[in-house]
Formats: sequence, C-alpha cells, structure tokens
Amino acid sequence: MTLTSTPTLAKPVGAGRHGDAVRAARRRAALHWVAVHSTAVAAALFFLMPFVFVFLTSVMTDRQALTTDFWPQNWQWGNYVKVWQTPGFLTWWRNTLVYAGAGTALTIVSSLPVAYALARFRFRGRNLALMAVISMMMLPPQVTVIPMYLFWAKQLHLTGTLWPLIIPMAFGDAFSIFLLRQFLLTIPKEYTEAARVDGCGELRTLLRVILPMARPAVSAVALFQFFYCWNDYFGPQIYSSENQGAWTLSYGLQSFKSAHHTNWNLTMAATLLVMAPVIVLFFFAQKAFIEGVTLTGVKG
Amino acid sequence: MALTRATRPAARVPQALRRKRRRETARTLAFLSPWLIGFGFFFAYPLISTVYFSFMKYDGFAPPVFTGLKNWDYVFNHYPFFWQGLRNTLWLVVVMVTLRVLFGLGIGMLITKVKSGAGLFRTAFYLPYLAPPVAATIAFAFLLNPGTGPVNHLLGKLHLPQPGWFNDPTWSKPALTMLALWGIGDLMVIFMAALLDVPTEQYEAAELDGAGPWQRFRYVTYPNISPIVMFAVVTGVIQTMQYYTQAIVAGQVASGIIGGSGEQFEPGFPQGSTWTLPQMVYNLGFQRFDTGSACVVALVLFALSMAFTSLLLRRRAGFVTSED
Repeated sequence: MTLTSTPTLAKPVGAGRHGDAVRAARRRAALHWVAVHSTAVAAALFFLMPFVFVFLTSVMTDRQALTTDFWPQNWQWGNYVKVWQTPGFLTWWRNTLVYAGAGTALTIVSSLPVAYALARFRFRGRNLALMAVISMMMLPPQVTVIPMYLFWAKQLHLTGTLWPLIIPMAFGDAFSIFLLRQFLLTIPKEYTEAARVDGCGELRTLLRVILPMARPAVSAVALFQFFYCWNDYFGPQIYSSENQGAWTLSYGLQSFKSAHHTNWNLTMAATLLVMAPVIVLFFFAQKAFIEGVTLTGVKG
Repeated sequence: MALTRATRPAARVPQALRRKRRRETARTLAFLSPWLIGFGFFFAYPLISTVYFSFMKYDGFAPPVFTGLKNWDYVFNHYPFFWQGLRNTLWLVVVMVTLRVLFGLGIGMLITKVKSGAGLFRTAFYLPYLAPPVAATIAFAFLLNPGTGPVNHLLGKLHLPQPGWFNDPTWSKPALTMLALWGIGDLMVIFMAALLDVPTEQYEAAELDGAGPWQRFRYVTYPNISPIVMFAVVTGVIQTMQYYTQAIVAGQVASGIIGGSGEQFEPGFPQGSTWTLPQMVYNLGFQRFDTGSACVVALVLFALSMAFTSLLLRRRAGFVTSED
C-alpha cells in the first residue's frame, strides 16, 4: 500500500531538494514494506510448514513414508479410510464429542451465575472468593488427582467411563468464571438497575438482560472449554484409559502411534483427523475466539 | 420478642433491613452454590486429603499406614528423578518462557506492521496454537525424528549438524521449546491487542523529538505494554510448572516403547531430560503405586504454583479489572 504513495506530492516545479527528500522517504517506506512482508512470509512458513509436511506424509505409501522424500509418489487417500476404520477410532470421536459437548454446556450453566454474583453482588468475602477462583485457575490438575482418583475409583467405581471427566464441569470452572466476570464488569450497572426497578428478579435479569449482552463472552468461554476438553490428555489418561471404550481422541491418538510405530503415514493421517475439527471450528468462530483471548485478563 | 419489637417502632426498620439482608445472602449463596460445592469438593477436600496421604504409606489396596516423614525423605533424598525434574523445570522456565515472550512480542509487533494480507498472516500465525497438544507433539516427533525427519534432512543438505532432538538428552528440551514457539498464537494475540492500545500521539511526539526505532520501543512501546509483558511472564512460568502432555507424549513417541508389550514407559525419556513435576505425580501414583510419595510431589507442585500465583495477584492492577 505504501508502495503506491500519492504522486501529487512530487511537484514538477521546484522539484530540487524537496523532490529528493520525498523520493528518499518513499524509498525508505518501500524498503520497510519489503522488510516487514518478507519477515512475515518467513514466519508464515515456520508456522505452516509443519502442517504441509504432516499432510504430504499422510498420503504416502507405507514404504515411502519411511524415506526422506518430500512429495508423495502416488497419493494414498486410502490412508484416511484405513485410519477411520481402525477399531475404536469412531468410538474415540464419539467420546470426545460427548466429553467436549456436555462439558462445555455444563460449564456455562454452572459458571455464569457465579460470575454474575462475583461481578454484581456486594457481599462480605467477595474479594476472597475472587482470589480463590484465581488460585483454582492456576492449580495444576495433578495436585488434587490422587484423592480424586481414589474417590472416583473406590467410592463410585466410575473410572473407565467419561463421568469423572464430565461431572466436575457441573460445579463451575475457575477460568470460565473469571473470564465471564471480567466481561460482566464492562456492562453498565444501569441495565441491571433498570431491570430491578421493573421488578425483575436477579435470575430473570441475568437470563433476559445480561445474557444477551454477554453473548460474545459466553461464546468465547464455550469455545475455550470445548477446546480444553477436546485437547485434554491428562484427564482421560487418568480416569478413563483403563477401558478402551471410554478413550478420547487425544488418548487414542497416542496409543495409535504406539501401535503403528513404523507407519508415519497412518499416524500423520490420524493426527490431521484430530486437528481438523478444532481448526474448522476456529474458522467459523474466529472473531469470538480472538476476542476471548484478548479478554483473558489484560485489559487494565 | 415480637411483642417488644412492636412496642418500639424504631426497631421495625432494622428488622425489615435484616430480612432483606438475609434474603440477599441467600440469593448470593444460591448463585455461588455450584462453585462453592466445586471449591469444597474438587479443591479443599482433595488438598487436605493430599496432605493426609503424604504422611501415609498406601499402595491403593492395603489400608494406609502412618509413616511420618518417610515419603518426604524418599522424594527429596532417594527418588532419582526429583531434583533432575526441578532442574528441567528451571531450564524450561528460563529458556522456554523467555523465548516465548520475546517471540510472541516479536510476532505481535510484526503483525501490527503488516499492511497487506494482515488477516491471512494473523490466521497463519495463530493456527498452530489450536493444534491439540498430543497431535502437535506427535507431528513434531515426526518432523524432528533423527532418521527420516524433514528437518534433519534439510539440515543435512545444508551441511549443518543433525541433532537427535527428542532422542538426545541435550536436544530434547530445545525440541520442546521449538514446539512451544510454534504454538505462540495466544501470546501473539495478547501482545497485538496491547500494542494497538498504545496511543499513537506518543509515537508522533517521540518522532518529532527525533527518536529512532529502538528509542521509540524503549520509551514509548515498552512502558505502555510492560504490565502485559509481566502478565505473560508470570502465566508462562505457571504454565511451565504444569508442563505435562507435550513432555510425556514426546518421550513416549521417541522412546518407541509400545504400550501393552509388557515394557512400561517411564516418563523423562531420553535419560530423564524431560521429567517435570506433574509427570512425577503420575509416575509415583499410577505407575509405582506409591500414593504417599506422589502426594508429596503434588504438594511441592502446589506450593510452587501458589507462590507464582500470589505474584500475579500482587500485580492485580494490570490483571484483574477492579469493579469501579
């Protein structure tokens, strides 16, 4: 854009020193443009080449995948069919969808009222509650895993199912609560006060007045939670791995690699099949997603 | 009581007020209830229980037996991986977090300067962040595999040394760092938003004063974005202490140990170079059935996480929007 800077600046009369300066500035701008964009292209290559390599290898023959070839000799689209027909692959898909879908829905339903209370109600210990939320947000799941595993395994005998992954989502997720609260604070108080004057109860206010306004934040939180569940490896490894019928894609993919350890082509096809849904989802919800990342707590 | 109240009209107001307060408290509790239960059940109870088990000998089957500080002694003085894992974590904190912040800032600045195709570039830079960690790690294990991997093939053509990456203890952490830099999308977006918030007048004023690019960065950009840099550093440190999936998957894929063949994979491959604390909780608790020692490591992990979280909370001004 800067390359085609306005020609009206260079006047034919008295072009002497003034024209030189303009030309120099224009040359500098052009060089700057080239420098910025070639750096950007180099960076784009770094970010995209892994995808390209993974894809090209995924359509190679078993034998060619073991060579250093870059380009497939004949394209084996059948690899994707083979992966799809691997015993269990469809089950892993279904389990991941159930975990991510139910987990997301439960998280939103349970986190929104908490976030609303933290953002709007005045009560003693509110700051303490907020600090507790932030601490929980930063807590590695491994800290509490031993007693939780014993609880799910010994008391409820639910390990080897998806329940230990899904049920906790019904009790609020710290990160979602925090993010929703941050957004709810930006909604002017006048709206809630007007609703109250009209005799609206708090729950009605939340659902009828606040929720429609908080839609961007809610969808960002939903996306984050969906991605979290989709990507989760530790949870499924601990709670559901003992039963193959309860494996999720992340866990299944890892074992797929172990089972096909010399077949890089099949492993890469499976890897792409696990990556694809989140990437497709991202293209549909790009805006909500980027807004959500920005919301993660950097608006001072 | 009701009688005495009725005789004193002044008391009626506080009573109404008190009833209103009680209703408000009930309402607040109702709204908070999912999280209150969650906090008690998925945080407070397991934490107390972890402290309890850290003093017990328990293999998951026989009833727990009190052993005093034996588990603590075992973890700190005899468990072969503990200090190595802490050193690995320190390495990752110093190298990986620093590089991620610098790279994220660089990419963020680059994307604010790009004039043509900014949307396309932004998507390209962001995409890897979305790749599920297990999938991304397996992809990198392929790209960097020493035998046929495209990266080493390229390095060979350029007559550069071809490291063993995930199979070489000196190169496994750099390989994980590359994987972390590939997924820089989150930091890029955060820095991009911060950079766009810097008032343009300040740049114009600096330019009038004859400030060069470095001075503009040093005296205009940096002071404006420093809270976000701090945020990125502290959250980066916290995330690094929790580093688990990529390390365990990379080790497992590179080791080539096949599940179910009788040989059990212990994390840390190669030669313990990828051990981190969370993997030790898994190793002790779920592979060695030493519940007590696993709880000791869990508590160390908890203490470290909370120490850095309190750092984040102290800088709350730039992190948590206050109400008014």
